[in-house]
Amino acid sequence: MFDQILQFLLTGITVGSTYALVGLGFAIIYNASDVVNFSQGEFVMIGGMSAVALSAGDAGLPLWAAAIGAVLITTLVGMALQRFAIAPARGASVVTTIIITIGASIFLRGVALLVWGKDLFALPPFSGNTPIQIGNATVLPQNLWVMGGGVALVLGTQYFFNRTTLGKAILACSCNKTAAHLVGINVGVMLLLAYGIAAAIGAMAGILVAPITFTSYDTGVMLGLKGFSAAILGGMGNPMGAVAGGLLLGLIESLSAGLISSGYKDAIGFIILLLVLFFRPSGLFGKASVERV
Amino acid sequence: MKRLSGLFLLAAAIVLLPILFPDNYFVTVVGVTAGLNAILAVSLNLLMGYAGQISLGHAAFFGLGAYSSAILTARYGWNPWPALLFGLAFTGVIAYIVARPILRLKSHYLAMATLGLGIIVHIFIVQLGWLTGGPDGLGGIPTLSFFGWAVDSDQRWYIVIGALLVVVVWLALNIIDSRSGRALRALHGSEVAAEMMGINTAATKTGVFVLAALIAAVAGSVFAHQQAFVSPDSFSFFFSIELVTMVVLGGMASTYGAVLGALILTFLPELLVVFEDYEVMIFGAILMGTMIFLPQGLFVGLRELLRKLRRPATPTTRKPAPQEPASHKPTPRKPASQKEEKRHGVA
Repeated sequence: MFDQILQFLLTGITVGSTYALVGLGFAIIYNASDVVNFSQGEFVMIGGMSAVALSAGDAGLPLWAAAIGAVLITTLVGMALQRFAIAPARGASVVTTIIITIGASIFLRGVALLVWGKDLFALPPFSGNTPIQIGNATVLPQNLWVMGGGVALVLGTQYFFNRTTLGKAILACSCNKTAAHLVGINVGVMLLLAYGIAAAIGAMAGILVAPITFTSYDTGVMLGLKGFSAAILGGMGNPMGAVAGGLLLGLIESLSAGLISSGYKDAIGFIILLLVLFFRPSGLFGKASVERV
Repeated sequence: MKRLSGLFLLAAAIVLLPILFPDNYFVTVVGVTAGLNAILAVSLNLLMGYAGQISLGHAAFFGLGAYSSAILTARYGWNPWPALLFGLAFTGVIAYIVARPILRLKSHYLAMATLGLGIIVHIFIVQLGWLTGGPDGLGGIPTLSFFGWAVDSDQRWYIVIGALLVVVVWLALNIIDSRSGRALRALHGSEVAAEMMGINTAATKTGVFVLAALIAAVAGSVFAHQQAFVSPDSFSFFFSIELVTMVVLGGMASTYGAVLGALILTFLPELLVVFEDYEVMIFGAILMGTMIFLPQGLFVGLRELLRKLRRPATPTTRKPAPQEPASHKPTPRKPASQKEEKRHGVA
């Protein structure tokens, strides 16, 4: 029994790390521009798919080069989204921007469908497929890559936003755009950067999980949904909250799939999410909002 | 009567279309789907457009209505009418129970909670196979009949659903102009301010949530009888999002906008089929483009455009005058909704 639970925990943390990274992307974009970007899941898909495409075949790039290329492609897509879809709609209501990003995600999925078709693709595991024994549970090397990559990306993001001038400049824009502009920060460029960073994080998540979950043109939908849940569970606009929310959601799903029923695992995840919101309407680590008249 | 002129226009269009284009696939087949979608969009618009409460789970109530009717008639041999009433009561009770805790949430949290609700209902429909038929769906649902007049052809379904749409639009227009409709718009503006004016915001929000759920349940029941078959796919969260898209694309806080949005989003994929592989991409691009360039939706956007075009042409008749100055009703509807739209733009 204990071994089983250990196994579920390991799976949960792996899945949770992906959710956490997608949630982190949601939080970064929300912080920078007050937009809930429903195409965040598509960044994950584009990352995974372009890595597969770049490394495929005899003339394909080695895995590390394909990964870098895929991240660059996705970053450009993220910046293009900001420049051509979000920026022109400045001042639109929350719901309107949500529909714009939904439109963008449908568009990106359509492009992926056109380029890659409906097939499932897989990347080769980064370092072999020999299971590693932890106690009586086993874990694949790729799971460790996902967890390690998740930790590295989260710490990197944390460092970037708290310690570097560029990161602080982006944070300044999210606090007050006018004030940031007045102290000489180029707000437009910072917004572009924030979308680029969110897209890059999504792409890396996509590349990390592609060997485990496979990837296809529509993998982004479910991941986007889970990432949004993670961001909400942690409290919108709190990047570390989103990471915690993602891990929690992954663990809940894995445990309820293993111990209760795999058919109801998503339902249990959402029921717990709803219960949390009923008692903490701004998520676990979110600040309570006060309406001003 | 001026207030309802749009309704007469809608009714006239519904009556005239099958006469002008008899036996046309787009009128009788796609038209029926469009009519149901329009009913759902109008009900969702009451909640989203007027009360300002976003819901990404409206398909759940559509599904509850459809499955109540489907299970009771096909599995237990009930007559469709008591089944419809039971479905309404069931959906109403569920909506009432979840309304209060859910509607305490705001903006993104509310979006998440309603999204979750929709997904939970969908999962239960899929998983309770012994009752709902699971992912394979449930067939053998009898058709409706009105005092012996069986609704057994596309043409007859067109009539029934067209009539239902007119009734729902009429109901929505009346609610918006009623005391509770004004309360809804007030709490959309600011909940605190609305409470200061003596509006019981929690009860008002619950009321409109339950009403929207009930209308969706009626549409669901009709849908089940019309299709004679239901499967969970029709009630997934994709459909909820599609409904929200209809409302926003048409123009929030405009009942006719919701109808327009529903029509466009139902017909567009039918028309885009000719683009085959490019279909999904073009659909996404159109959706994105419309919202970028007409952020207030097509209905409002096109109205503004018409107004701008008309302005330089006929400068003297430009002033619409407070519409029939002798009228005893000061028609507060137009200016109020305009202000609301502006507020939307800034928010």
